[in-house]
Amino acid sequence: MHLPISDKIELNILHQNSHQAEKNKVKFNNYNLLCLNIMSSPGAGKTRLLEITLEDLSIEFQSAVLEGDMTTNLDAARLEKLNIPVVPITTGRACHLDANMVSGGLKLLEKKINPHILDILLVENVGNLVCPAEFEIGEHFKVALLSITEGEDKPLKYPIMFREADLILITKVDLLPHLNFDINELKSNISSTNPKADVIEISSITKSGFDLWKKWISKKIMKFKK
Amino acid sequence: MHEVDMTKCLILSMEEWAEKKNKEKIIVEKINLKIGEFTCVEPISLINTFNAAVLGSWLDSSEITIETIPFEGKCSKCNRSYFPKKENGYKSPCCNFNLEEIISGRELKIASIDFKEK
Repeated sequence: MHLPISDKIELNILHQNSHQAEKNKVKFNNYNLLCLNIMSSPGAGKTRLLEITLEDLSIEFQSAVLEGDMTTNLDAARLEKLNIPVVPITTGRACHLDANMVSGGLKLLEKKINPHILDILLVENVGNLVCPAEFEIGEHFKVALLSITEGEDKPLKYPIMFREADLILITKVDLLPHLNFDINELKSNISSTNPKADVIEISSITKSGFDLWKKWISKKIMKFKK
Repeated sequence: MHEVDMTKCLILSMEEWAEKKNKEKIIVEKINLKIGEFTCVEPISLINTFNAAVLGSWLDSSEITIETIPFEGKCSKCNRSYFPKKENGYKSPCCNFNLEEIISGRELKIASIDFKEK
């Protein structure tokens, strides 16, 4: 038996995921396709947001969705009604999408449609404020939703998610008059955790804020396609 | 639950590393990790998950060690480094500025691997 050897490798634990995420991004770029990773806790309103967004967005831009769900295809079925390409990704026990799953989803999408005709791919991640934040999928931007019923403190309690987000959508703001909720405190907590994030208040009931959200998407697509 | 997936990634990285070393001829004694405080990883859970996952495998006898890397930020007003606290909204204690720059704490690394040749 030989003496122990120490091999200093300084390798990211998630480097296999990051490597696949890079490959996904190269593919998105080759397709000239902007990819958004949509994340939130369960029930913050991701699927409803996509339903409303895609109704209008599909007029101007060719869109597709990869729909992550732990056990069902219920959300994918809702979005398929909008007549856009939707690929469900059932993660089983995993509480987030990883780059391999998205790569698999993209292969299925390629069988449905030529991605060259697409402008934007919206990836709805599994509802969870912890894990999706650490697993890149090759997205160009991360969008985190936070509904006001979750409480003002969530950016402080789940800082990685809100630190990583490029855009934070504060959802269900139509409920503000009915709740003892301080939206300024929430915004201050968001600024503390991530001063660089864009923030938009939005309601799927009154549709307030959707114009700003769609402008945000359009701007990103136009800039990406330049 | 994500520690299971972190462990999966860790084992895949170890497999990749071992391929270059001739896996049959080595025994891994320690896998030395550096985990930042500002990550979603709970070190104890990662160790327990790893120990369960490698039972009966070529990594069965290997041990995980974790060096915790402190969460450190830099005040964007006065450039002083500080340890951001949740209770203080991660703001700098010197100038009460929002956390803009993170110096350390996001590490999720295999720092080194201690092994023996059979």
